[in-house]
Amino acid sequence: MNWTRKDLTGLESLSAAEIEHILDTAAAFKDVGSREVKKVPALRGKTLVNFFVEPSTRTRVSFELAAFRLSADVINVSASTSSLTKGETLKDTALNLQALHADIIVLRHASAGAAQFLAERLDSSIINAGDGAHEHPTQALLDTFTIRERKGRIAGLHVVIIGDILFSRVARSNIHALVKLGARVTLCGPSTLVPRAFESLGVAVTHDIDSVIADADVVNLLRIQHERQRKEYFPSLGEYTALFGLTKARAERLKPDALIMHPGPINRGVEIDSDVADSGRSVILDQVTNGLAVRMAVLYLCAGVRPS
Amino acid sequence: MSATLLKNGRIIDPENRRDEVGDLLIVDGCIAEKSDAKPEIIDCTGKVVAPGLIDLHVHFREPGQSAKETIATGTRAAAAGGFTSVVCMPNTSPSIDSPSVVAWVQDKAKAEGCVNVFVAGAITKGIAGEELAPIGALKKAGVVAITDDGHCIQNHELMRRALEYAGMFDLVVMDHCQDYALVGKGVMHEGAVSTLLGLPGWPAIGEEIIVARNAQLAELTGTAIHCQHLSAAGSVRILREARARGIRLSGEVCPHHIALTDEAIRGYDTNFKMNPPLRSQEHVDALIEGIADGTITILASDHAPHCGYEKEVEFDQAPFGILGLETELGLFLDILVHKRRAIDLPRLIQLYTENPAKLLGLDRGTLTPGATADVTIIDPGLEWTVDKAASASRSRNNAFHGWELKGRAVRTIVGGKTVWSL
Amino acid sequence: MTEPTQPTPLPPGATLVLDSAALDRCLKRLAHEIIERNPDLTKVALIGIPLRGIHIAQRLTAFIEQVEKVRVFAGVVDVSMHRDDLHRHRVPPRVERTELPRSLDDMTIVLTDDVLFSGRTCRAAMETISAYGRPARIQYAVLVDRGHRELPIRADYVGKNLPTALAQKVHVRFAATDGIADSVWISQP
Repeated sequence: MNWTRKDLTGLESLSAAEIEHILDTAAAFKDVGSREVKKVPALRGKTLVNFFVEPSTRTRVSFELAAFRLSADVINVSASTSSLTKGETLKDTALNLQALHADIIVLRHASAGAAQFLAERLDSSIINAGDGAHEHPTQALLDTFTIRERKGRIAGLHVVIIGDILFSRVARSNIHALVKLGARVTLCGPSTLVPRAFESLGVAVTHDIDSVIADADVVNLLRIQHERQRKEYFPSLGEYTALFGLTKARAERLKPDALIMHPGPINRGVEIDSDVADSGRSVILDQVTNGLAVRMAVLYLCAGVRPS
Repeated sequence: MSATLLKNGRIIDPENRRDEVGDLLIVDGCIAEKSDAKPEIIDCTGKVVAPGLIDLHVHFREPGQSAKETIATGTRAAAAGGFTSVVCMPNTSPSIDSPSVVAWVQDKAKAEGCVNVFVAGAITKGIAGEELAPIGALKKAGVVAITDDGHCIQNHELMRRALEYAGMFDLVVMDHCQDYALVGKGVMHEGAVSTLLGLPGWPAIGEEIIVARNAQLAELTGTAIHCQHLSAAGSVRILREARARGIRLSGEVCPHHIALTDEAIRGYDTNFKMNPPLRSQEHVDALIEGIADGTITILASDHAPHCGYEKEVEFDQAPFGILGLETELGLFLDILVHKRRAIDLPRLIQLYTENPAKLLGLDRGTLTPGATADVTIIDPGLEWTVDKAASASRSRNNAFHGWELKGRAVRTIVGGKTVWSL
Repeated sequence: MTEPTQPTPLPPGATLVLDSAALDRCLKRLAHEIIERNPDLTKVALIGIPLRGIHIAQRLTAFIEQVEKVRVFAGVVDVSMHRDDLHRHRVPPRVERTELPRSLDDMTIVLTDDVLFSGRTCRAAMETISAYGRPARIQYAVLVDRGHRELPIRADYVGKNLPTALAQKVHVRFAATDGIADSVWISQP
């Protein structure tokens, strides 16, 4: 398997072999975190720009730490500190970053397709850290990595993703990765947030959590929000929890070795019961640790061999 | 006295139910039966001689947005596409909602335009959908229809009153059918592809519900409503049913809505972003069926130029619209006549001449002796390749660059004068 | 380490330098030299440099166990993360999982590799090791030393010294990694 991509804009365009190659590489990079010296020189002399047009702390910190461990220099540019607020276009802002010899641009943006837009126009490596409701490939890779680490495989597993799928880039990237690697995926949530159109991606759709919970090998809970634009999609968080929350009662019906995942930040008592979140089946903190390894692997593969 | 003889062409004049090989004489800018002077001969062997084509839906961006297009460049693009008449939409800056702006456009067209420019006025002041524009004064100034194109009046009461009021002047109301609440921030057809791409969906129901409203309001008020750039299967069905009941409701289809589907957006190319959006194959098929069975009576381009830098942005931030005038005839000939065989050539010409002329009451679109000699000469079998760089438009937002098409106009004659030829 | 699915190809016209028997003798001699130089084999770990160095470490461990009845730790050191010439590669080298003894204190690490050339891989391996801890000493065992060093590095144990021209290439093949008989070859550019 030869890795030849300079960018990671999504998982839809990747082959199963490419996804597995990232996961294998991440397994090697995970060890770096257990060394006395948690730093390797693979990206020494390279500059990574965390270009977060949409706010995010955990993803940015994870990429920043991954870059530090690979010896890259890191600059953080947020929406408020970029010239986008002065009416500069995304293209012009990014060209300016490239003119400063940014080797890698990690982009978080509210518009679907923004990462691909830059990848087509810039020589820098573009890593998608979330573009609108499109994709969040490194999140899905770390989810997949965590499942594979715990279960030893992906193929044949039944993964149930619960929550606001319609607006979720995490769900889309997970669907692509899991389907390509041979898992059976069921999406679960209110019919307004989990439309049947998702079946075209090769997954099952249900609006009855109790019909699938006992059969799940992995339950991935997405953060549910009830801000203004969601008020027409479901009536209240309370009703959501009653219908779709992973309550204690539902958790008891899970297989003993089922994994509980969540991309964070979790709403205790909403999508997941607080005790269930802290239970032994929860791998939520493993996901955070693995995120670092996966992002190191992605940076190494996409940007390591390209001349500065 | 000057005379021109278009010799030995296939003369197709739908209004006069004429389709025969013969000669067409033009004397002093009008269609004539005999000439005292010796005419200049233009050999039309193997070509079609048709009434000058009319596109009743173009955006020439003046006043106010001349970086995108001007009346000078827009009319040249029209001529290069075989169009002798166009109807300019009023969503300019300022919008065409007062007699003075109408006059400004008319003067500018007279001075710089090379084809006939007709003007559509706004229904509401500033196209804001809140209070009526001076429709009577607009009519007096010469508008051929009113529309808030680009926008859609959401207040049904206001729309009803606009129709009743316009009925006094026998003005057609053209409507861009879009329910704002249902469409929200939608930027592409809601379906499998939007689900995959994570782009906000613009559902078909967002158009269909307004077409249904328009059917009811046209019936209630008796004023003709023309539904612009229809894109959805349900719209065609509602239109078909309304017309069967004798309601004065008509609809137009643009070439991109039958040439492309939402699959084109997979690469997030903003040249495939239009409003209403490209839809899925079943909608395309329904539109073509509607054209074939006579439900759709008019073809138009929705020619919508935008600057390169405006389009080269994130997909959801880009403006809607693409160029159309230079490719529409080729696309419709290629798809409707040659490939899908949905309609024949005379019918295609009717949708571009007799029908729009009748809808708007224009004294165009005919080869009746004495009529203004607007003539389009078409080579229906000519194979050519779309080259966006070769456009006469100021803009380059072309979705069909590199397409190989069969059939196009080869000469455009306005008032007896050739304004463009291949 | 991935199992070979099809034989690793050799360039046409490659000349055989060591056949299977000769290669096996070389490895046995290396094992004996390692035993001689390291009286306390419990403090020795053989750490292979990917890809074929891993196999050499395993072979040497097996020989040592035959002779001394001591099972020496055989591991892996990834060098790709520590290369100083990563940016010259066309595709990123495959990253392997480093496997070292739990503690490196008081240990003698014997790095094993198939071909010693510029010395840069060995430098990267030493850097990786030092990121994990501070072994008592690091030694270096190679099957073939072909010369042309670019760093002040030499091997402690050499299976065969093979003088080469810079443009020539040396190819090591193992049945276990390449799907063809153990052998060493040299080819012209």
